[in-house]
Amino acid sequence: MKLHIDWTLCDGRGLCVELLPELLEEDDWAYPVVRSGRGNEVEVADDIAGHARRAVAQCPLAALRLTR
Amino acid sequence: MTDAAWYAARGAGVVSLALLTIVMVLGIGSRSGRPVFGLPRFGASLVHRNASLIAVVLIAIHVLSLLADPYAQLRLVDVIVPFDAAYRTAWVGFGTAALDLIVALVVTSLLRRRIGQRAWRAIHWLAYAAWPVAWLHGIGAGTDRSSGWYLAVAVISVIVVVAAVVWRCSDTFGTVGGRRMERRVNDAIAAAQRPPPTTYPGRTR
Amino acid sequence: MTALSDTTVAIAPPTHQRLLIGDDASIAAHTWRYGPLPQVPGDLIQRMVKDAGLTGRGGAGFPTYRKVEAVAAGRDPVVVANGAEGEPASSKDRVLLRYGPHLVLDGLVLAARAVGAAETHVYVPVEAAADVHAALADRRDPITITVHVATDAFIAGEESAVVSAVNGGLPAPRDKIVRVVDQGVGGRPTLVQNVETLAHLALIVRYGPDWFRTQGTTAEPGTFLATVSGVVADPGVCEMPYGVRIGDLIDATGGATEPVQALLVGGYHGGWIPPDPDIAFSRAGLERYGATPGAGIVFVLAADECGLATTAHLLGYLAGQTAGQCGPCFNGLPRMADTFASLAELGTPPSLAGEVERLARLVTGRGACKHPDGTVRLARSGLGMFGSEIAAHRAGWCTARSGGRR
Repeated sequence: MKLHIDWTLCDGRGLCVELLPELLEEDDWAYPVVRSGRGNEVEVADDIAGHARRAVAQCPLAALRLTR
Repeated sequence: MTDAAWYAARGAGVVSLALLTIVMVLGIGSRSGRPVFGLPRFGASLVHRNASLIAVVLIAIHVLSLLADPYAQLRLVDVIVPFDAAYRTAWVGFGTAALDLIVALVVTSLLRRRIGQRAWRAIHWLAYAAWPVAWLHGIGAGTDRSSGWYLAVAVISVIVVVAAVVWRCSDTFGTVGGRRMERRVNDAIAAAQRPPPTTYPGRTR
Repeated sequence: MTALSDTTVAIAPPTHQRLLIGDDASIAAHTWRYGPLPQVPGDLIQRMVKDAGLTGRGGAGFPTYRKVEAVAAGRDPVVVANGAEGEPASSKDRVLLRYGPHLVLDGLVLAARAVGAAETHVYVPVEAAADVHAALADRRDPITITVHVATDAFIAGEESAVVSAVNGGLPAPRDKIVRVVDQGVGGRPTLVQNVETLAHLALIVRYGPDWFRTQGTTAEPGTFLATVSGVVADPGVCEMPYGVRIGDLIDATGGATEPVQALLVGGYHGGWIPPDPDIAFSRAGLERYGATPGAGIVFVLAADECGLATTAHLLGYLAGQTAGQCGPCFNGLPRMADTFASLAELGTPPSLAGEVERLARLVTGRGACKHPDGTVRLARSGLGMFGSEIAAHRAGWCTARSGGRR
């Protein structure tokens, strides 16, 4: 399962960084940075899948998506 | 029995106003992209949402109690159509209007992913209309409107919301230590006037 | 391999000058030179494109047959001819549309046939639109062709931005989770091709893949249009085979008028290479310098121009050309450009190069399109090529401006 960031929608509100600190951190301008992997996608391990789903649901701009 | 309805209406009304004040402040706080009042951003977002849902429940109790109270002279149609009630027409009308707006806000928010971001945002701006209208309803329609304790609640809530709105309009709102630029489509792309396209239909020899 | 005799025209095929045949852009001259539009069926066109090894001439160099196959597999596809050419240092598409519009339009019709599309679009800047309208006035093609005027912006030519504009929206790139070949114009599978690629396609279908491969290298066949600018006597567009010696390419545009410090290849998202005339202009030849041919753009930098300042100037331009959508890009590129500009000044602190690299790593891959990645490539290339200059600038002097030779 991969978490995908749609950069055309992201506004750097940072809820995802709070809910998924294992995978995301903030850059100089409060936008989420993937700790490893490509700049707009990161592999989500099964044990944090629930947190990832919550991050996707909480994003105020609907900029996150989970894909197989 | 009618006294019970009256007390329920007043209690639910005041508490819902207090909750709506919290909803406004946390809504603005969520927009800032920063933690507020010791709440992390996802926390502020959740409390904003939950408080609004509880407020809706209390407003329902408020309205149902008034429908049951003969002194309120409230008809079912007055719950949806504003400015037609028999008792304190204008002030009660504000309440109806506020309820209509709040229902729109809550329903569109619950269906947010369905209706899409743009439609959701367009409706959500109405929150800035809903709160003052609800506040006016309280200060004019309620039987406690001249009580000291109610006036205190009304004044505090106005100060809090105005402060939040002033913050919302400030230059540094939404910036991260002043380092962030506002997200805006490049003028070179947005403002460009392009002539309309011309179509050449498919033609066979 | 496809048999030449049963599918191609009898008119003598061009050799190395294929696309730009002269000043006469009329359909009469076009038909006289190249023959009529071939009646080759779509599946055969697909095969010829594959056998010829045609790659995109818009900069990415993607194998054309792969896109064609993907779109042909979809329902009710659309083809878009992309002539937007947002790169300031490139003028090949404009020149091609001025002097060879019928080749481009032939290519468009043949590409539509190959994927089974009845609807096509042409996306060109306002200067080229008149040429396209003039050419279309003399044609009767069986497909609908809609001419759109492209905005004059750097990213206006990005594939998903083109599709967005054709759909009536802003020419801003879209998130790549939905690929254009799957859902593009009107939500339908869309083939976006650079106008030069379509022109080559029109010739491949006439003369065959074997003919196409008579120029260029085995891995990178065919010719391409190069735009050369900078300190050359006759800057402009010329057609060259892939693998051409850079020295020959520069000579074709009049040769350098001054001593050359470096060459920027691949446009503003490209890389600097040393002025070695024997370097082959191809992916293989440029790889070891961290550069690619891109859309055939070459900028020749004089020895008395500061490489750091030139790079800083280009980075500043690129930072101003973001779409303004993606936070890391429209925040990060200006910061990176400003830092690089400080680096180009004299007497700067030593940590700035490290800061440029940090910002480069921070913005890479974090946007809807490759604009931040391309800009980062230029910045890193500038740091690499002009690294010794950084030390000189820190000490307070510039090799180039003081007229010193390396």
